[in-house]
Amino acid sequence: MLEKALVGSRKYWLWLSFLAAVIGVGVLCYLWQFFVGLGITGLGRDVSWGFYIAQFTFLVGVAASAVMLVLPYYLHHYKQFGKITILGEFLAVSSVLMCMLFIFVDMGQPLRVLNVILHPTPNSIMFWDMVVLSGYLLLNIVIGWVVLDAEHKEIPPPAWVKPLIYVSIPWAVSIHTVTAFLYAGLPGRHLWLTAIMAARFLSSAFASGPALLILLCFVVRNLTRFDPGKEPIQKLAQIVCYAMILNVFFALLEVFTAFYSQIPSHMHSLEYLFVGLEGHGRLVPFMWTAVLLAVAGIVLLIIPSTRRNEKTLAVAAAAVFAAAWIDKGMGLVVGGFVPNPFEKVVEYAPTAPELLITLGVWAVGFFVLTVLYKIAISVKEELAA
Amino acid sequence: MGVDRREFLKIAGLSTLLGLGGKGALEVLSGKEAEASLQAEPQGGVRYAMVVDMRKCLERENCHDCMEACHREHNVPQMENPRHEIKWIWTEPYEHAFPGQGHEYTEERLLGKPFVVLCNHCDNPPCVRVCPTKATFRTPEGIVMMDFHRCIGCRFCMAGCPYGSRSFNWKDPRNYIREPNLDFPTRMRGVVEKCSFCAERLVKGLPPACVAACKEGALVFGNVRDPESDVRRVLRENFTIRRKPELGTLPQVYYIV
Repeated sequence: MLEKALVGSRKYWLWLSFLAAVIGVGVLCYLWQFFVGLGITGLGRDVSWGFYIAQFTFLVGVAASAVMLVLPYYLHHYKQFGKITILGEFLAVSSVLMCMLFIFVDMGQPLRVLNVILHPTPNSIMFWDMVVLSGYLLLNIVIGWVVLDAEHKEIPPPAWVKPLIYVSIPWAVSIHTVTAFLYAGLPGRHLWLTAIMAARFLSSAFASGPALLILLCFVVRNLTRFDPGKEPIQKLAQIVCYAMILNVFFALLEVFTAFYSQIPSHMHSLEYLFVGLEGHGRLVPFMWTAVLLAVAGIVLLIIPSTRRNEKTLAVAAAAVFAAAWIDKGMGLVVGGFVPNPFEKVVEYAPTAPELLITLGVWAVGFFVLTVLYKIAISVKEELAA
Repeated sequence: MGVDRREFLKIAGLSTLLGLGGKGALEVLSGKEAEASLQAEPQGGVRYAMVVDMRKCLERENCHDCMEACHREHNVPQMENPRHEIKWIWTEPYEHAFPGQGHEYTEERLLGKPFVVLCNHCDNPPCVRVCPTKATFRTPEGIVMMDFHRCIGCRFCMAGCPYGSRSFNWKDPRNYIREPNLDFPTRMRGVVEKCSFCAERLVKGLPPACVAACKEGALVFGNVRDPESDVRRVLRENFTIRRKPELGTLPQVYYIV
């Protein structure tokens, strides 16, 4: 089936070349970082994780969201998702790939990455994150490819893939739970030290992932002869709506606990994010943008007419995706480091090379996603013809 | 009577912890980490700890002897960018070293005064718990150490340390070392480093460089398992506090304010 990625329209090649160019710029910047050190980023001793790790955290959620298609389709036999399950699985593949790359570009000594396997350390959550992420990548590649291949050959998928599919469902939950545990078990980082961190991660994942999938379905419908259909998109919209409401609800629970208890350390990070702390408030405009986008997205998704109208649905999906990205891809990681252990406010902003490396990794993800989608959709177009 | 003081304390501590439940109880049952915190009179062996006597330290407020000695000994670079600073032993204002302790009527003797801070060599160190490669580990003497050659630079330990005691080499530090000490390794970019209680001096029977450099005798170092040691005498005779004891990290640097 790989050969289907090698033939395509002018648009297809132009898009891939554009992505390759962005990747090229990212690689150049990464080489600079590789030889000079992470000092070329905006990170420092106080905010020691930033944009890279934030993207990683956000994308684990996007990856996990494939389960929102797999579960209804395989466990509840919701047939409408049959057409687009592969889109979810391939989105998971490219997202996990981006996650791994973001971890890699964040490492001070990337050539020593295998130390995690050479010296396995089960008490480190990072070790388990590596285990669940690589497992999830493998599961989705195998499941997606085998099922698509069977579809291509017009035969039922082999029986051995069924257990893998069932395993992939709790596995999806595990990747985001373990990722939440990276944060939720650290003493002294008050924004992160919350029992509902994993629940928050999952709700935001199940909002942002399917929201992106809705947008991708629209793109696919516009650019190819494959139509994912109206009903599965509407079902996705309902999932996004519920998940986003839960996500906002969980965030408000955090606000209540911090501000009703009035414990200063619990309030500080939230104050920094939403109103600024000791005159520092670099993230304040972003966080309020996220709030507005979240509210707008939820309203558009709740009102039946705007949810059914695909134009407003696209706006809602984009709003939800952007809100979740700001919240998790910027606020959560940076906010956890402010104030620092000495209760001093030191701010962080990514530098230009840091942003270009980030863009480069996203471009790798979209490159892989484009190629995988091209293969899947070519197969589906052939079958329809 | 079958129950002596030690036994009584053990039982009392155990039942309290079981009452509180959770991790503490589990650790006592598994007989590991929490032991040191429970025992009123720890048994033999070596467990290094430090007492910082701030009364003596503040007598010479602008003194940097301990820091200079440490940085010279360990090739600690002097980075220009404050974000990239490498810190093994340094000072923080009292109310920042002990967040939550300062208040609007804090006595002048303490407010804003430079408190010496360093790695606490915790008995229950979160940095060791989170490290994915065992590049940071605990020696039998309780020193939290770094293997610079194994560290992958993921900086999970920096997120885990609630004391800001860990530094990352954001750039090649070798360009920023003033007088290199050829007896101690330099580091390369991309690895984490921190105070090691001068493990390399301890094996030679020498006190840590900072302790040796302090003319006021404000830094008392020794084996807390030895009831006759200086450090134990000072702990016995003075009221001491630790940084963020509520986090359960069991820091082994004590302060006399």
